[in-house]
Amino acid sequence: MTRAATVLVVACVALAGAADGAADGRRTGFDDLSPATQAMQRDDAQNPGMLWVAEGEALWKRKDGTRDLSCASCHGDVAAAMRGVAARYPAFDPTLGHPVDLGQRIEQCRRERQGAPPRSTESAELVALETYVAHQSRGLPIAPPSDPRLAPFVDRGRTLWRQRIGQLDLACAQCHDDNPGRRVGGSVIPQGHPTGYPIYRLEWQSAGTLQRRLRACMSGVRAEPYPYGAPELVDLEAYLAQRAAGLAIDTPAVRP
Amino acid sequence: MARALIKVPPSARRGEVIEIRALIAHPMETGYRLDATGRPLPRDILRRFSCRYNGELVVGAELHPAVAANPYFAFSAIATESGTLTFTWEGDNGFAQTETVLLAVT
Repeated sequence: MTRAATVLVVACVALAGAADGAADGRRTGFDDLSPATQAMQRDDAQNPGMLWVAEGEALWKRKDGTRDLSCASCHGDVAAAMRGVAARYPAFDPTLGHPVDLGQRIEQCRRERQGAPPRSTESAELVALETYVAHQSRGLPIAPPSDPRLAPFVDRGRTLWRQRIGQLDLACAQCHDDNPGRRVGGSVIPQGHPTGYPIYRLEWQSAGTLQRRLRACMSGVRAEPYPYGAPELVDLEAYLAQRAAGLAIDTPAVRP
Repeated sequence: MARALIKVPPSARRGEVIEIRALIAHPMETGYRLDATGRPLPRDILRRFSCRYNGELVVGAELHPAVAANPYFAFSAIATESGTLTFTWEGDNGFAQTETVLLAVT
């Protein structure tokens, strides 16, 4: 009897966890959205991020570069080839000797396999392709690789996360670890789990990557943001992936 | 050409009210903003949207600079006969896009 009751209680707690944040108290940005914005994200006919997914689908099939190859020429069906891939990034690249994020991997493939000219970081095409690839992992848990070579970079990311920066002398952790759920300038401070990147951000009126979001927060505390593609940003991404491990991916997410 | 996402039920019964939704990628640059060097960014917005059902106007709209980027329209219509729904967006710089969707009415 007691045992049955315990099982029931555990089941109820698990259900409550599923409905509102993870059971361990972690909340995604989605949990902190207003009901209207949540509805916007849930409905693919309304979610503007799906425009980037549609654009990415066209780019996936478009032949490009000196070898006249498309992504589909090698990888084939996107749903089979790219499911779960975004959940594993940033990943350690043995040739380069440091981790790369999903956008950088796509660009690497474009340069080396397609023989195509590089796209500028945060270009509409690159963001669209990244959104399309990440969208294939929607619903899967973030699963950073347990690669020991990644560990020093994750440590560096953790240090950066706790490092006070800028004229406001604030560290990421002071808002997102110490004060999530409270407000800064009228907006709810999220815990900062990167589940839905690239996101459609209403403030940007466009889709953007995690690097763009990190840079926006850095200029928010009046620090000089690291340039796109900087190793520091990738280290932060690698740390955030560890911190958010197990939370479900919801790309393309809508955020305020 | 801009990406447009249109959602219409593929089939409907005669007399049924169907929900139609249309989302299009467009920057909707207001013309009131300045660029990094202080020069005004030229206006680039959609001016008109219309949806026609077998040629008959179902919804028409005029858009203005206050409309956000990537405008989204949701409205309903009564399914009367099988045919095509034609969606048209027109805007600055000669922007014109037409999309058609087939609807089967039983």
